Amino acid sequence: MLAAFPFLFRGPFPLHVMILTFLFATLGVAWNIMGGYAGMFSFGQAAFFGIGAYTSSFLLTRYGVNPWLGLLAGGALAALTAAAIGYPCSHLRGHYFAIASIAFAEIVRTHFNNWKLIGAAEGLSIPLDTQGIATFQFDSKTPYYFVALAFLLVALAVSWWVSTSRMGYYFRAIKESHDLAMVLGISFVRYRLWAITISAFLSAAAGTFYAQYVLYLDPESVLILPISVQVVLVAMLGGAGSLFGPVIGAAILIPLSEITRIKLGEKGTGVDLMLYGALITLISVYQPKGVWGLLSNLGLSRAPRQVGPP
Amino acid sequence: MTAALLEVRGVTKKFGGLTANDDVSFSVAEGEFVSIIGPNGAGKSTLFACITGFQKPNAGSIRYRGGEIAGLPADRICRLGIARTFQIVQVIGEMTVLENVMTGSFLHAPRRREALRRAEEVLGIAGLADKSGFLGTALTIADKKRLEVAMALATDPKLLMLDESMAGLTQVELKEIISLLRAVRKRGVTLVIVEHVMEAVMQLSDRVIVLNSGRKILEGSPREVVTNPQVIQAYLGERYRA
Repeated sequence: MLAAFPFLFRGPFPLHVMILTFLFATLGVAWNIMGGYAGMFSFGQAAFFGIGAYTSSFLLTRYGVNPWLGLLAGGALAALTAAAIGYPCSHLRGHYFAIASIAFAEIVRTHFNNWKLIGAAEGLSIPLDTQGIATFQFDSKTPYYFVALAFLLVALAVSWWVSTSRMGYYFRAIKESHDLAMVLGISFVRYRLWAITISAFLSAAAGTFYAQYVLYLDPESVLILPISVQVVLVAMLGGAGSLFGPVIGAAILIPLSEITRIKLGEKGTGVDLMLYGALITLISVYQPKGVWGLLSNLGLSRAPRQVGPP
Repeated sequence: MTAALLEVRGVTKKFGGLTANDDVSFSVAEGEFVSIIGPNGAGKSTLFACITGFQKPNAGSIRYRGGEIAGLPADRICRLGIARTFQIVQVIGEMTVLENVMTGSFLHAPRRREALRRAEEVLGIAGLADKSGFLGTALTIADKKRLEVAMALATDPKLLMLDESMAGLTQVELKEIISLLRAVRKRGVTLVIVEHVMEAVMQLSDRVIVLNSGRKILEGSPREVVTNPQVIQAYLGERYRA
């Protein structure tokens, strides 16, 4: 069905919405590895997204480095940055970690806004090249659609692998309690660093995709707080901590937000952002496990249900 | 007596002006069952915290299998073979009973299949096999306490330290956990427990250590301890004066 979509809906707008949906689903899956599994509530994913987008674009525009290599470089740089910032933050829990992540992302944004080498506030334009998978540039939306879908599938595979391996169990133990994790022999500093670096790498890869899709980037398009918020919202709405939750969240939220942005956003009132805020509040209060949690309570998913003695 | 598995020498822990542990010394031989008793505030939990890496003693040494462990982080101490439970029971609420125990068995079995096999074995010992699919949050307190012991056991410890695993249980639940601890001991695990339930202490212990106001006031067999006038006055109360 997903494979047939581009041939059923030929207009650019439905495809654009689907590409953004895949992109944010990928970012949500990446967030979920640290936020959903390990309980590290990051509101700074835009920093990793932006580092990925900027690294590949900078290497491409200045040195002609192939964007696929740039993707790996951006992922590695984001992961290193994540480890460097994650290590001193490894003892921060809950809200304090969230605050630190916002501060970090804002520092990155401000810095990039003033960094002449990478175009400062004017940003970077990626010159047109021959079209094709080798150059990561296409003249229609259909190939982008499939590349975005492939990125999402890779992110899901990584997330699945993490959640079923020792690492995933350890992440969930750390989320429950640091003390408990330690008495089970878990080095929570090491595993928190794993969570943040894996998440950063995947987010950065999504950043490279975005840059190659739009072919232009500036700090305002990849590094701003609303992107970080939207990523959290995608994961939480769908169901933080579950494999497919972020995909469900993106499938609901991104089309909704694109439509509201077109209908309401032109007035520059930020109504879409107000809706996000209200949604985050409602989810946290009434359905902390998101749509996925709702489905599993109804017995429609395979997530373990609340079973116990009668 | 064989060589000491755990040797605590002159451990002192102060919190500001309060001395929670004052020059406490004792040793535990391999295979022994030792109980630490004493009134609330005697420093039992602090002593546990010092041994298991949650607190760093101000003075003294803690040697485990001949090596100094005072001040090491808790996760390293666990990897050396000392597991513990908490006074306030802690399990992973969002995980099933089986997954909780696997989180413990992954320590020495990085592969999922082996971790699963070990976890199922431990669940059998702990008598939780029929509840392996329940979520942690769905368990009764007694089952949570047993699960916590099972998680600790799954890390394959040489020394298991339990902090009030029997508080607030019914008689039936108490019997179950006593038989569980006997089974654990049969597997060659050395046990050190902090406990108020004297019935269990009397039945299980080879040796009892009595703390009061941070100091060790007595150490001896269960019988010696409950007949000691000082212990009766400080902790057990007059009802024990038979």
